[in-house]
Amino acid sequence: MDVILFLVFAIIAVLCAINVVVQTHPIASALSLIGVMGSLAVLYLLLGAEFIAAAQVIVYAGAVMVLFVFVIMLLNAGEEVHRGRSFVVQVLGAPLLIALLGLLVYFAQRLFPGAPMVRFGAFRGGTAVAVGRALFTQYLLPFEVTSVLILIAILGAIVLARKELD
Amino acid sequence: MNAVPLSWYLTLSGVLFTLGAAGFLFRRNIITVFMSIELMLNAVNLSFISFSYAFRRVDGQIFTFFVMVVAAAEAAVGLAIILTVFKNRNTLNIDDLNSMKDEYQPAQPEEASETAPVSVP
Amino acid sequence: MDFLLLSLIKAAVVAAVLLTTLAYLQWVERKVIAHIQVRLGPSRVGPHGLLQPLADVIKLITKEDLIPPHVNKFFYLAAPFLAITMSLLSISVIPFGSEVRVLGQTTWMQLTDLNIGVLFILAVSSMGVYGIALAGWASNNKYSLLGGLRSSAQMISYELPLSLAIASPLLLANTLSLRELVQKQGGFEFGFLPRWNIFQGPWPQIISFLIFVIAGFAETNRVPFDLPEAENELVAGFHTEYSSMKFAAFFMAEYANMITVTCLTTILFLGGWQPLFPASMGSNLVPPVIFVLAGLVALYHGLNPARRKDRFTLPVFAVVFFALAAVFLLPAAREAILPLFWFAAKTGFLLFVFIWIRGTLPRFRYDQLMAFTWKFLFPVAVLNLLVTGLLVALVP
Repeated sequence: MDVILFLVFAIIAVLCAINVVVQTHPIASALSLIGVMGSLAVLYLLLGAEFIAAAQVIVYAGAVMVLFVFVIMLLNAGEEVHRGRSFVVQVLGAPLLIALLGLLVYFAQRLFPGAPMVRFGAFRGGTAVAVGRALFTQYLLPFEVTSVLILIAILGAIVLARKELD
Repeated sequence: MNAVPLSWYLTLSGVLFTLGAAGFLFRRNIITVFMSIELMLNAVNLSFISFSYAFRRVDGQIFTFFVMVVAAAEAAVGLAIILTVFKNRNTLNIDDLNSMKDEYQPAQPEEASETAPVSVP
Repeated sequence: MDFLLLSLIKAAVVAAVLLTTLAYLQWVERKVIAHIQVRLGPSRVGPHGLLQPLADVIKLITKEDLIPPHVNKFFYLAAPFLAITMSLLSISVIPFGSEVRVLGQTTWMQLTDLNIGVLFILAVSSMGVYGIALAGWASNNKYSLLGGLRSSAQMISYELPLSLAIASPLLLANTLSLRELVQKQGGFEFGFLPRWNIFQGPWPQIISFLIFVIAGFAETNRVPFDLPEAENELVAGFHTEYSSMKFAAFFMAEYANMITVTCLTTILFLGGWQPLFPASMGSNLVPPVIFVLAGLVALYHGLNPARRKDRFTLPVFAVVFFALAAVFLLPAAREAILPLFWFAAKTGFLLFVFIWIRGTLPRFRYDQLMAFTWKFLFPVAVLNLLVTGLLVALVP
């Protein structure tokens, strides 16, 4: 069951991710990205991170991506215009990316040999209680700093998007 | 067959990251480039959660939480920047956004001649 | 295998009841609005227009299913599916009543109890925005696009006070599971005051209840916040280009969202299936008394009919009401359906308030709508959450 669930959602995630890259229309890319985020949320559940899975859907798929879709609709962004790319990108782009992928997969397979098998339900440390306790004791300072960061981001966004009065 | 090796999760994370990097490098629409960055962040989050499972500790999930919060802040500011850029330059193609200053665009001569009042009959 | 079979039966029952309620909610709405405006409302199809929903369904199915030529076909077709799926999904974690024993099986009147139930509903409802936004965009119509933009802006803005209003009762209950939330609201203070979150100390959640209901109106795109489909400005907003069953899907999604919001209000603030006053003071007798009274009213009007048809239809209704009252007096059935009655009564009352407000209030202007949530609702919700947190921490 675990294997089936993993494979199904991993394949959905990869297909949607490919779609993000190859689709020429930004709204199609945005919706594929939502697909990636949704299937990643299911994988988080399989890994026992239930709070983060819910936060992933609420924050990422529900808030951040709505902003993206909103901006795409607002600007009425059309199909992408293709131009001649730089020579370096044309020649080296794909091989370098494949090399990066190979390296990442190699490290994933080799550098962590003692890794346990993932069984659903074997790790129950991702409940809202556990996350909250860690967040408000051990990680209190980063948490507060993040809230300041968000405040700055809100101010920045308002200043940037404000209509000029003069 | 009731368990998945952890390396599968890490491999998936690597594949997603590479796809995000590909989108970042090959796409020209600034919004899509931005979305590719989000895809890479998501890929990294997956490996954080996998390691959190492997070590049976909640710290990885806390890190993912922070990444999400920062990504939300980043999206708000980034999209505001994109809106401003579009307002000033009227383009979303990053190839056209290659100068820090607003280029001075003189009025098109054809339009100017059309609208100019014809004084000589 | 028992578990699987039981789950399937429960899912089928919940789906059937939900869809029937959706259809009849629309009948109720038309009737209530009609009576507010001193009209009769639907009265042609069946007695008192009771078969009107059926007629509407037949009409919508047999209408021509038009796809305008200029639309983005894939997203145009995907949008109504997304909207209806997301709005029906959240009913799966709502607990309707306590444990029941049917044919030797003990089960909860709930499809499933997640220990992140509240977050699940928030997540699903936040995904529902895409249905409307996409519909507006894919229709390739300026009115639709404006409706979609308005709806996504409105839903993001009102989600903030909504989530903050949910957080304060969660602080009191200390759980995210909807079933436990209701269980913690059982019992009575001083022997008569129910321990619902709206009444419960140290800080009664009346403010967050009001914020939640107001934000709920905005989330479901209902009057006075139905800017996305303001017909005098935007034709029909995001569903201008939709016809037949695709239009019906949006319509059903709106009503299903309404039911979800009212169910959630009942669970979070009004104690779910817990009765209003203790059984020792006769709360078990409330449903039979109500049904007998309803039956008597129907009987009276049947004997003094306003129209000729009423002489036959209203006594039939009276008999149905008396039978319901009798069912509530049976000790075997009472155990199971009393919680269900209280849940349905509270949810029904809130749904009535939704309809009532639609018949009463005018629509907001768009800038008023945005200023209202950002400058008033959001600060009040934050203050309320802070006070609740402080009092929960200080009062043991």
